[in-house]
Amino acid sequence: MQNILEQYQSVSEDSVSTWFRVGEVSDFPENSGACIKYKTKQIAVYNFTRTSKWYATQNLCPHKMEMVLSLGMIGDKDDIPKVACPMHKKNFSLEDGSNLAGEDLKIATYPVKIEDGNVYIGFAD
Amino acid sequence: MKKIIVIGNGMVGYKFCEKFVAQENTKDFKITIFGEEPRPAYDRVHLSEFFDNQDAKALEMAPRTWYEEQGIELITNERITDIHRSSKKITTAKDVNYKYDYLVLATGSVPFVPNINGIEKKGVFVYRTIEDLEAMLAYAEAIQKGKTETVKAAVLGGGLLGLEAAKAVMDMGLEPHVVEFAPKLMPRQLDRRSSKVLQEKIESIGINVHLSKATNKILGDDAITGMEFGEYDKIDVEMLVISAGIRPRDELGKTCDLEMGTRGGIVVNNKMQTSDPEIYAIGEVALYNNMIYGLVAPGYDMADVAVNQILGNTDVTMVEDIDMSTKLKLIGVDVASYGEPFMPVEKGYSIVYENKTKNLYKRINVSHDGKELLGGILVGDASDYNMLHQIYLNGLPIPEDAEELIVGARGEGEGGFGSVMDIPDAAQVCSCESVTKGDICTSITEGGCNNLGDVIAKTKATTGCGGCKPMVVDLVNESLKSLGKEVKETICEHFDFNRQELYDLIKINKVKDYQETLNLFGEGHGCEICKPLVASIFASITMETPNRQVGIQDTNDRFLANIQRNGTYSVVPRIAGGEITPDKLIVIGQVAKKYDLYTKVTGGQRIDLFGAELHQLPLIWKELIDAGFESGHAYGKSLRTVKSCVGSTWCRYGMHESVTFAIEIENRYRGLRSPHKLKGGVSGCIRECAEARGKDFGLIAVDGGWNLYVCGNGGATPKHAVLFAEQLDDETAIKYLDRFLMFYIRTAGPLVRTAPWLDKLEGGIEYLKQVVIEDSLGIAEELELEMQGLVNSYECEWKQAIESPEMMKRFKHFVNSDDTDDNLVFVPMRDQKMPKAWN
Ligand code: SRM
Ligand SMILES: Cc1cc2nc3c(=O)[nH]c(=O)nc-3n(C[C@H](O)[C@H](O)[C@H](O)COP(=O)(O)OP(=O)(O)OC[C@H]3O[C@@H](n4cnc5c(N)ncnc54)[C@H](O)[C@@H]3O)c2cc1C
Ligand code: SF4
Ligand code: FES
Repeated sequence: MQNILEQYQSVSEDSVSTWFRVGEVSDFPENSGACIKYKTKQIAVYNFTRTSKWYATQNLCPHKMEMVLSLGMIGDKDDIPKVACPMHKKNFSLEDGSNLAGEDLKIATYPVKIEDGNVYIGFAD
Repeated sequence: MKKIIVIGNGMVGYKFCEKFVAQENTKDFKITIFGEEPRPAYDRVHLSEFFDNQDAKALEMAPRTWYEEQGIELITNERITDIHRSSKKITTAKDVNYKYDYLVLATGSVPFVPNINGIEKKGVFVYRTIEDLEAMLAYAEAIQKGKTETVKAAVLGGGLLGLEAAKAVMDMGLEPHVVEFAPKLMPRQLDRRSSKVLQEKIESIGINVHLSKATNKILGDDAITGMEFGEYDKIDVEMLVISAGIRPRDELGKTCDLEMGTRGGIVVNNKMQTSDPEIYAIGEVALYNNMIYGLVAPGYDMADVAVNQILGNTDVTMVEDIDMSTKLKLIGVDVASYGEPFMPVEKGYSIVYENKTKNLYKRINVSHDGKELLGGILVGDASDYNMLHQIYLNGLPIPEDAEELIVGARGEGEGGFGSVMDIPDAAQVCSCESVTKGDICTSITEGGCNNLGDVIAKTKATTGCGGCKPMVVDLVNESLKSLGKEVKETICEHFDFNRQELYDLIKINKVKDYQETLNLFGEGHGCEICKPLVASIFASITMETPNRQVGIQDTNDRFLANIQRNGTYSVVPRIAGGEITPDKLIVIGQVAKKYDLYTKVTGGQRIDLFGAELHQLPLIWKELIDAGFESGHAYGKSLRTVKSCVGSTWCRYGMHESVTFAIEIENRYRGLRSPHKLKGGVSGCIRECAEARGKDFGLIAVDGGWNLYVCGNGGATPKHAVLFAEQLDDETAIKYLDRFLMFYIRTAGPLVRTAPWLDKLEGGIEYLKQVVIEDSLGIAEELELEMQGLVNSYECEWKQAIESPEMMKRFKHFVNSDDTDDNLVFVPMRDQKMPKAWN
């Protein structure tokens, strides 16, 4: 269980070594999340059509270790973009992966870029 | 810089820090707090919740970072072993010394373990810390492993905590036995009769009670196998939880020669000072007025006094009389006692109401002149506890005929209470956080608070045990009203409207979707509260299915299936009225077998197939739909089932065809989205085998037609539906149902079922009858037309989904791969499978 979680470490834009293409913009539902696979990782990708912003995080909810975050509802809290886990509605910031209720739970975040209608996620491995 | 050292990072030690940093003139002080436990202070009062979720973080009073931010040094996992008063130093178990200017002892207490022969055996536990609970869970699992019959466990002590422990033991799957030395349960709070009522209630939920038992011996070689009371009197149990009272952890006081009570506890004065004025003691270690108070509220008051004393506000002292009123928080059993529960005849007289068939007991003790409430007991229904407690605490006037306090006033309308606004401003409403009525009301009238959330954030009321919440809500609403402000439960930060307003706005303005709703009436980008709510409103107006606006659906609705513990889904086809042909049963069996699904008959008279992966859902539904099934909407806030009994077609008592009518009704309202789920029932006679009165709407066949009942439910707060109209023919019953349901859908708050909706409806059931039966608002026809429109527009959403390739894209685990989720692990269980539990 531990090593599932350890696979996921936040990647910052400048430490990206691979921009991995995960599909076209139209493959991703509007104003919601979807899941992609990179090597052994499951990554949740969120498409905020309203603000034309994209975010990516681990798909694993650190609360009960379920692969579900891409299924959660997205939105914002006090202007911070967030996802609510579908299981117990824990809220995570999509900007830095922190738990919005101040709990000691964190998710890894990954940079996303859109080029020519293609969606890329940045990885450091 | 003055150094304050707090020994003990428990509830009260933490509260000391919290109260300290909230004060102003603290910059010359530095606090260091030591805790022996591995983690920062947590909420012991709600310890039992750890069994539900094993989430220690959720219980934390504040995270470690809070202490850092406040400039408090927190040292956990460190026991203090000595106090050197002459040099004002303490020594830790690791032999490090720290100097103090003020010392605060908040070392709490330990469970009292009686000296019984064999008590050291394996399998004997106490109930105080998270580690205790972890050890109990592990042990309970080990002794249950591989056994088919239920394993028994005992709890020693039938007090407040013992009963809570018994419930926990039961939730672990063990058969609980409470062993009490006294001849009654909760001997300190209850009289004999109420204790008996409680006992019956407790036994009815499966907790066994053994009274007047003195335990001689714990049986077993290495681990416990039983308890012996007398030579021929024993019980076999494989686990024992001791809950026989507490003993203050006063050893530090003893070794440094502070004044001690004869039966333990460190003596303090009303400034919380021990016999050494620079050493304070607070919480369960402090002996105040010759008493140890095993409750958190007095501990918090002590913390407040100590903070003020140290900061030089010397006129803040501890009150003389400490309120020991308590309410048991065991789920499913209401018990409370306040003030003087037992009444010596020379002080006053008692009025007792007892109803054995309902396990109800209420007692009030009133002064001889009938003017003052002195105390009382409530068993079976403690919903009036807050108000009675306030009347007692504040000496509020009581009705001339005091019995109205427990049996309600004669005739219609209000009970014997006045309004919450009658209690004095100084009345303490939230005793955990010492918040008075005045604090709550002024936070609104002068403090700028505009709703319940603001008030809670500002005053911290309700954040302790939560028992005062109903009263705080009432006070907030009344205060808002007094300012002429509308009391409005707005949806969330994105919409400053309540559900009914938004419903009307969307309907009148013919808004086309969520995004437009947000643009027109909201702000920000939405959240998991407003999105599904708006989805539900759209469905209630146009009968659109979740396939149209996928992104705003709750996860269950988005995938048209209930998400399960491991991220798989369940499939529930509609089986209207519970009637199913053998052929259809065979199809369900075949589908379940083909996709290896766990199969179970639900509590709603149909069949649930669990463990489907996302990509399998459309395949499964295609087969089911081909065989004539349709969605059962088990995932939606919508009509679930209309339960039937077999009725006059077969039953020798049946008066009408209940199955036929149940099917007709279920098919009429299938797919109907509503503020919360809706359930119905139709029984063929008053024997009520369909439990129609436990549903949002129920029909019971009587001579001459159907009796219609509305606004009942099972679940967490069961309520019987109330009689609405009698001897209706089929057509009138449906007409009333149409109007009733549509009226509910239009006006209820989000996630409010019919029973609480009716509770809040001004005018209650009589008003509802006027609207629905007598058409007092002149909207009956409109309601019927709207309902008929929805009925006509029904479409099976699963059929829609499998027929559209675009919609099918949704049911794929990965966007960029056809792989399935490799994170799923199933384990076998009784010839079927279940998800592997995460630790
Ligand atoms: C499957 C089933 C249990 C079973 O194995 O029998 C069940 C399963 C769930 N119930 Fe239930 N309830 C089931 C019958 C009931 C009943 C019995 C009945 O309907 O006669 C009740 C009490 C009656 C009532 O509702 O008044 C019941 C009262 C609840 C409640 C409490 C509602 C309340 O108002 O207090 C919840 C929680 C909620 O809805 O917020 C709940 C919630 C749930 C959820 C949705 C919890 C969740 O969010 O995951 C469970 C979904 C499991 C799943 O994914 O399929 N379930 N649930 C039953 C499905 C019936 C069906 O065929 O659709
Ligand atoms: C299961 C359960 C349910 C309860 N329910 C209720 C309820 O419904 N209502 C209610 O009012 N109360 C309830 N209580 C009681 C309530 O929890 C206590 O009154 C409260 O926790 C007392 O706080 P405290 O800080 O005095 O003691 P504690 O919370 O016990 O804290 C004392 C801390 O000091 C530490 N410590 C002790 N000695 C040392 C040392 N030498 N060095 C370092 N650290 C030390 C201990 O490890 C402990 O962490 C319940 C208690 C339990 C166990
Ligand atoms: S099925 Fe219902 S009662 Fe059973 S665990 Fe789930 S929600 Fe609770
Ligand atoms: S699993 Fe995500 S909140 Fe519980």
